[in-house]
Amino acid sequence: MSAADDRLDAARNGFTRHRLSWLDALPFLFAVVVYFGANRYLPLGTQVMIQITFALSLDLALGYGGIDSLGHVVFFGMGAYAAGLFAMHVSPDPVLGLAIAACVGALTGLLTGPLVLRTRGLTLVMLTLAVATMVQQLANANAMKPITGGADGLFGYHLSPLLGLFTFDLAGETAYWYSLAVVAFTFFVCKIVVNSPFGLAIRGIRDNPVRMRMLGVHVTSRLVTLYCISGALAAIAGALSAQVTTLVGLDSLAFLLSGNALVMLILGGTGSLYGAIIGATIFVVLSDRAAAIDPFNWLFAIGFLLIFAVRFAPQGIVGLIVDWWRRFEGWRSRA
Amino acid sequence: MLKLAATVVALLVDGVAYGMILFLMSVGLTITLGVMRIANLAHCAFAMVGGYIAFALVSSEHFTLFTALPIAAAATMVLGAALERSVYRWVYTTGQLGQILMTIGLVFVAVAAANLFFGSNLNAIPLPGWMSQTWVYGAIAFSAYRAFIIAASILIAGVLWLILEFTDFGAQLRAAVDNPRMARCVGIDVPWVFSITFAVGCGLAAAAGILGTQIMPLEPWYALEYLVPILMVVAVGGLGSLKGSFYSALVLGLVDTFGRYYVPAAGAFVIYFAVLVLLLWRPQGVFARA
Repeated sequence: MSAADDRLDAARNGFTRHRLSWLDALPFLFAVVVYFGANRYLPLGTQVMIQITFALSLDLALGYGGIDSLGHVVFFGMGAYAAGLFAMHVSPDPVLGLAIAACVGALTGLLTGPLVLRTRGLTLVMLTLAVATMVQQLANANAMKPITGGADGLFGYHLSPLLGLFTFDLAGETAYWYSLAVVAFTFFVCKIVVNSPFGLAIRGIRDNPVRMRMLGVHVTSRLVTLYCISGALAAIAGALSAQVTTLVGLDSLAFLLSGNALVMLILGGTGSLYGAIIGATIFVVLSDRAAAIDPFNWLFAIGFLLIFAVRFAPQGIVGLIVDWWRRFEGWRSRA
Repeated sequence: MLKLAATVVALLVDGVAYGMILFLMSVGLTITLGVMRIANLAHCAFAMVGGYIAFALVSSEHFTLFTALPIAAAATMVLGAALERSVYRWVYTTGQLGQILMTIGLVFVAVAAANLFFGSNLNAIPLPGWMSQTWVYGAIAFSAYRAFIIAASILIAGVLWLILEFTDFGAQLRAAVDNPRMARCVGIDVPWVFSITFAVGCGLAAAAGILGTQIMPLEPWYALEYLVPILMVVAVGGLGSLKGSFYSALVLGLVDTFGRYYVPAAGAFVIYFAVLVLLLWRPQGVFARA
């Protein structure tokens, strides 16, 4: 085998190595176990999966692309409103609604991306925040009330049975499997994106944008593409939420959702996709319990969690696990 | 014609008063950004803390607005200095994302604390009698409260300017904003200068929070609600530029007030749109030095 073949092989391995492994099936197995073992918690499980989808989309932009967005909720909200309006006025088909919402999310990314992503650092953070706040104000503005419903939001729409077969039941069984399918789809898309040559370029841009530009990579267009993909996935999360709750309000555009998604990511760990899954699951389950007890004091917990997590575990739970694993390996190799 | 003039004057007074409150709030934030390159998203929380302390003092009926103001501002300065010496040491050592997350964490803690102690109602500090008057000159009416805000803010801005321009401390601070490393090299204790400025910034934010309660009522989400406007002031004014913050606060205050009055259908949308356009035109801030 020549050296060139060697290099080609190494490159091929580099691209395929982390694509999918048996580990990736674990969360989905867990979801199936929950269905059969803890049927009572299906609505909560559905919420977990909506937030996992949202956190995955944010991980793509923030963890892999280094786009520190404080306004990711704009995609979530746009998707939710798109799905709600589509179900109200055009067709009650859920899958079609998701597809439309994804297009709207990608379009939002395409419109705002070139403006926002020209900047870096603090200006970028503020611009993402300004865009999200602007869209929320727009949805709340008097001129838009006939369309968005203002503070009342959208309600009173229904969905047709999924694929014409499964009606959305009150117990939330169909919604649960539907969300699980959406999460699986999202996870799969993320896996493909981050392991593609495009994903490598994106990580390069995150780590050193100047060098990537010198290598001849068109940095802004790559980032805008990533922003669109991430936006489409976040919009799918929003649409999913709109469809299973049959309710869209201004809070689907509120900063708190962006903040929560950031907490989930930092809790689980950025830039690994698994962190998004672990973080979102823990966060939603905990906040469900806490909200039942005391919603406002729960904010204390989130606040302190953020401060201490950044200080003592900046890589999140995934980082801690990897750390322990490495230590264990080192201990084993010495023994 | 007279009616139009009266409306315009009333809107001008409202807009300038709102802009001045925004300016006082943004002073500390723009210095933090200019010197330490840190987005202190918790800055608005200090305005809320000051507002709530003054509210508690005035509600106890032993204090009026004027006696409560210095006490609350001083208390907020002490709190700001204490946090700067403790939690913010951690904030300085992390990357940009970590700084954002940590300061948002502080915001959440402040929101929860405000709700715990004062409940989720809207609160405003009651004004002394003469301040709730309206002065009428023919068709033109002034709110005494807003005139007072403008006078007080201009006084504070003037004092700030004098300190910055004519004292040793001011010179050190300007040097630190222009080039922190160089300032350190010529023997300026930049962290110390910064700590003092941070505390003063917290005090000014508190003063703004107290003075502005009739315009921006106190509630637990205050710390987040008005964060976006003051971030916009700082971004448009240019990081680290007090003069820029002053002008941009004025402009944004006026644009918002006039926008809400003349384009009610768009509501608060006008101001965000204006800021977006301004920042796309000049990403480093409209009033920043080139």
